[in-house]
Amino acid sequence: MGETIIEKIIRHNTGKAVKPGDIVTVNVDRVMIHDIFIPFVADKFEEMGFQKLWDPDKVVLIYDHLVPASQQDDTRHFHVGDAFAAKYGMKNVHRSDGICHQLMTEAGYVKPGNIVFGTDSHTTTYGCVGAFSSGIGYTEMASILGTGTMWIKVPETIKVVIDGELPENVMSKDIILRLIGDLRADGATYRALEFSGSTIENMSVASRMTMANMAIEAGAKCALFTPDEKTAAYCETELDEFQKSLVGDEDAVYMKTMTYKAEDFVPVMACPSQVDKIRDVSELQGETIDQVFIGSCTNGRLEDLMAAAEVLKGKKVADFVKLIVTPASRKIYRQAIELGILDTLAEAGAIITHPGCGLCCGRTGGILTDGEKVVATNNRNFLGRMGTSKVQIYLASPKTAAACAIAGKIVMPE
Amino acid sequence: MGMTIAEKIIAAAAGVDSVKPGDIYTVQLDHLMSNDGTTHLTVDMYNNKLKNPHIADTKKLVFIVDHNVPSDSPKTAASQKKMRDFARENNIDFWEGKGVCHQIMIENYVRPGQLIFGADSHTCSYGALGAFGTGVGCTDFLYGMVTGTSWVMVPETVKFNLTGKLPEGVYARDLILTIIGEIGANGCNYQAMEFTGEGAKTLSISDRMALCNMAVEAGAKTGIFEADDKALEYLKEHGREPKAVYHSDPDAVYAREYTFDLSKVRPVVAKPDFVDNVVPAEETCGIKINEAFLGSCNNGRIEDLRVGAEVIKGKKVAEGVRFLVVPASQTIYRQALKEGLIDIFMEAGAIVMNPNCSVCWGSCQGVIGENEVLISTGTRNFKGRAGHPSSKVYLGSAATVTASAIAGEIATADRV
Amino acid sequence: MEAFTGKVWVLGDDIDTDIIIPTEYLALKTIDDMKQYGFSPLRPELAGQIQKGDIIVAGKNFGCGSSREQAPEIIKALGVQCVIAKSFARIFFRNSINNGLLLIEQPDLHDNVKEGDEVTVVMNEHVDHNGKQYPIASLPENLMDIIQAGGLVKAMRKLNGLD
Repeated sequence: MGETIIEKIIRHNTGKAVKPGDIVTVNVDRVMIHDIFIPFVADKFEEMGFQKLWDPDKVVLIYDHLVPASQQDDTRHFHVGDAFAAKYGMKNVHRSDGICHQLMTEAGYVKPGNIVFGTDSHTTTYGCVGAFSSGIGYTEMASILGTGTMWIKVPETIKVVIDGELPENVMSKDIILRLIGDLRADGATYRALEFSGSTIENMSVASRMTMANMAIEAGAKCALFTPDEKTAAYCETELDEFQKSLVGDEDAVYMKTMTYKAEDFVPVMACPSQVDKIRDVSELQGETIDQVFIGSCTNGRLEDLMAAAEVLKGKKVADFVKLIVTPASRKIYRQAIELGILDTLAEAGAIITHPGCGLCCGRTGGILTDGEKVVATNNRNFLGRMGTSKVQIYLASPKTAAACAIAGKIVMPE
Repeated sequence: MGMTIAEKIIAAAAGVDSVKPGDIYTVQLDHLMSNDGTTHLTVDMYNNKLKNPHIADTKKLVFIVDHNVPSDSPKTAASQKKMRDFARENNIDFWEGKGVCHQIMIENYVRPGQLIFGADSHTCSYGALGAFGTGVGCTDFLYGMVTGTSWVMVPETVKFNLTGKLPEGVYARDLILTIIGEIGANGCNYQAMEFTGEGAKTLSISDRMALCNMAVEAGAKTGIFEADDKALEYLKEHGREPKAVYHSDPDAVYAREYTFDLSKVRPVVAKPDFVDNVVPAEETCGIKINEAFLGSCNNGRIEDLRVGAEVIKGKKVAEGVRFLVVPASQTIYRQALKEGLIDIFMEAGAIVMNPNCSVCWGSCQGVIGENEVLISTGTRNFKGRAGHPSSKVYLGSAATVTASAIAGEIATADRV
Repeated sequence: MEAFTGKVWVLGDDIDTDIIIPTEYLALKTIDDMKQYGFSPLRPELAGQIQKGDIIVAGKNFGCGSSREQAPEIIKALGVQCVIAKSFARIFFRNSINNGLLLIEQPDLHDNVKEGDEVTVVMNEHVDHNGKQYPIASLPENLMDIIQAGGLVKAMRKLNGLD
């Protein structure tokens, strides 16, 4: 019988064919821990009584939520992390290079077909290169650090097929938001999403990342894209037979299939305060805003900054509106310098911060207060996520966000 | 009797022919600058304590959000919103995220001969362009806002006769720390520090800002330079004309005079927890650091970034050290982008932040934690200034700070 | 069969991890420092009102959002005996099991219960409310193993020959 991509990855990993519902133990190829949770992981690891890491080279520690520190106690996390890394011989430590999910693929830690876990829900991002990756808590992470294994339940797969050419000003963010609206916030819980179709094939790896990143917002365990030439180039690797085989079989069993025509997509937003409360931007036009945030592991990549810069070139951010731009990584920041993107954004009046999670994780980077509205390109608009519970967060694509920054209100990108 | 520059500015602002130290005058203010450190308090007083709230001249007011940018808590967001809404309602010039207030003032507003109040102690920076700038609290600010005037006591002037030229690798930052080390943190209480002499002419506008900016660290009301050709050139480049160019009279009376030979100045460091605890930089070499900060209204200008970039080019920030590079304004940031400096810092592993006060005031991004050590180009090294009360702050030049970031311990630029 | 009774706090659908514990407080040193901020964006007073042994009854997708394990730890630290919801988000579910916080899926109870009511949970069988029985499933074996070991940490300690 045919297999879905996730079933192929798990079979390859365990050496046994699997079907949804099976509980299996997988060998983990790579793990990611970020700064917020490292003290907890370290505590649990030692409490569990482990003496060494199963494989220090497979562990990546990334400081991103707390960079730069905004509270005195934040720096403690760096010291705990540095000490843990030194004690157990970890070399893969990034202290201010950008957001964990960006670095995991960009710095080559994740390859197609890998099984990867991270102490962050948006670990689903690595599905963009055809890896099975998912978020876990710190206790489970500590147990992987000691054993190199984890039990999982093989998920059912929801197949999403998108064919055709996207209209101008529609980005992959608009697709994933629409999909979350259709699935609802729990519509893919425990399940794998698998994307295919000509629109997906023609999409950059960066655009796929945006979609894989937000799969968790529909509850998904992971979101998988078939590795192709673009993936290989991005990962600086040549695809082996196994990696090339990561396509959903014709006769694979899917829980359901959702089919879209690319031409039907329009710019959308997730409205306060649910990720699945999706409206067409055209319906929301005119709503005044106080701030715009372009960044995050969802939409802080070069193509996102470039899209924003195209919209903002020669224009100015509206008076009394703040535009905050946070590139997703040091590499992206430097590429954006070279291409003149940062200068264009700065000239338009953007506040350009150091790469990191910034506002998205709600600790710093543009926190808001009662009655304020923000259009943001990140992945969550939960109540209180960016300040008080009376802040209204609209999620949108970088193009839409940039257009709103100029207008000082919600407008269609053009 | 002759007058000093500071006295002439006050006399003009008071509308009298001459003034002498100790006299108290009501003066017309040219500008009033307030930042997000205290503006919300001023706005509260304005709204709640005044019978008939009004603003004498909104054109004189400048509101600048620079201390917490971007906002890092709902509380600061609320303070900033109050400030923003007030500025919008009252048509007040409003800057947010465009740089540290004093840098923005000098780039956009300050003219020689002006008298400017700022609700920030480092308002004394404006003397770099021959203006009298001084820091006030928010009650004074409010009075100025409502009346357009304030009272001042004419300060005595202390003359700093500068001779010679700073050697290679020694900066205005070393000079002002040396001066403060010599005269003490209260060495010029209530007085105006006038920097003059052939040595003063050799200093760039950026250097002069670094000197005047820290006048308050010697207790001074202001620091001031004569607006010479360099100052007038700077103004012209920024599209402004002087209000009035004053020179101190030959028979002006000074409370004291000091002479500093610039060629004798060496790299120095102010040790915790006082700005006047100044020692030769070598004496502090080897002290382990957690963070290094290149930025602030004192030392975050393009000239300082060039110094830092030259030191770090092709090298890396030490593992585990956080090297914050924070241009003092958006204009400087863009210039640094253009010159490739930002890329040099990013390549080296620095954390390049958007223009803001950062760790210099210790309550926003870049703060340091328990028992941590910072070397900084900021203005102050008071206990707990940069974060946790147990943390320590050393002050040094852009070169020393950058060298320390590379070494992971305090180091002078010639050693890395 | 094990059974327990508790007073009910009712919450809605999609109670996310940012509501359970906002990121702002995640760098506090201990769960005890954090727990006072539990549910603060939605109901700031709730953390102070919950008593030991109380039960949270919620709608669908409880615990959606981030991987922060502080979320179940805080609920446990507040004294909540179990959470009964229409459904749970995946990571939150694993984290709860790993920390020994009991989660029960029940599709109908939420629609009929009101805050302050008492319910009785009969493990692996049903929930009693106002004389009505709402059936509940039993947990898969591998999860019961972790819960029986007292959470994942204890299971690992056993593996490492420590307990």
